[in-house]
Amino acid sequence: MGKNYKVIEPDRRMQIAVNHNTSKKEGVVMFYRRLFDFPTWGFRGSFGELDRLQRQLDELYGAFSGGTLPRPSAGVFPLINITEDNENYYIRSELPGIKTDELDIQVTSNGVSISGERKIPAEGNTVRYHRRERESGKFSRLINLSDPVDADKVDAKLKNGILTLRVPKSEAGKPRKILVK
Amino acid sequence: MTNKDSKEIQVKPKKELASPAEQTQAGAVFTPNVDIFETDQEITLLADLPGVTADNLTIDLRENMLTLVGDVAPLKKDSEENVLIEYETGKFYRQFTLSNVIDQNKIDAILADGVLRLVLPKVKAATPRKIKVQSG
Repeated sequence: MGKNYKVIEPDRRMQIAVNHNTSKKEGVVMFYRRLFDFPTWGFRGSFGELDRLQRQLDELYGAFSGGTLPRPSAGVFPLINITEDNENYYIRSELPGIKTDELDIQVTSNGVSISGERKIPAEGNTVRYHRRERESGKFSRLINLSDPVDADKVDAKLKNGILTLRVPKSEAGKPRKILVK
Repeated sequence: MTNKDSKEIQVKPKKELASPAEQTQAGAVFTPNVDIFETDQEITLLADLPGVTADNLTIDLRENMLTLVGDVAPLKKDSEENVLIEYETGKFYRQFTLSNVIDQNKIDAILADGVLRLVLPKVKAATPRKIKVQSG
């Protein structure tokens, strides 16, 4: 398709974060960027600055109140953390109580989808519940990555209820050093 | 998100402890979600503790206070840069008061897939018994 999707950055407060793969989203994303991006900042540059600023504010706030700010998120289960280095993207998510065969992970050249169902087994009919806080149900989430990825070499680990996906960037997506002669 | 042909799990942010007792290490402390239910023989507690392994989990029961503390090792390496962070990681802590009917010698704990199952059997005398009333 040739489009370069950006990871949905919470600072931008986009309403469209829930339906990740409708074409309406692209229109909204373009509109926001035209309004708020300064022409001298690249995509990466502007996001990096805002993210760093948010972290510094978090730390400042934490120093006063001893807590962390509630993080804005896409509002879809499961919550994910995406980190990267030069070679790979790492996507982590907390999925307690889910077995590997209840999880469905699909990778395309520009994104990852995580879906499945959390089942909480019934405990018998003579039980009396005092508390019921854990939730069960279906979930599905599509994550767009801005650099193209190598769908064949994705690594997925589900351990202690945490899912870690290692998504290698394709050669075209890795930063390349340019020698200045 | 409102298209519900089958039940969808709703996202809830991790519950953070508002004012934890002073800790020796800095870091966030979260309250895990638990289910507690009771049968005639025992009380069972199920807690969602993603990222906690058996050696990082401390279950303390004294004077009718049950305390769960789970440490989580951060997975992110220093060489990685953040792209999108939606949740924090940190310790899990929760405390419950139990009535004094638990047989402390027979407590059973299993931690699998980030879910703790804690079975607290009731003392024999506390299991309900029918008492026959004799007329006379």
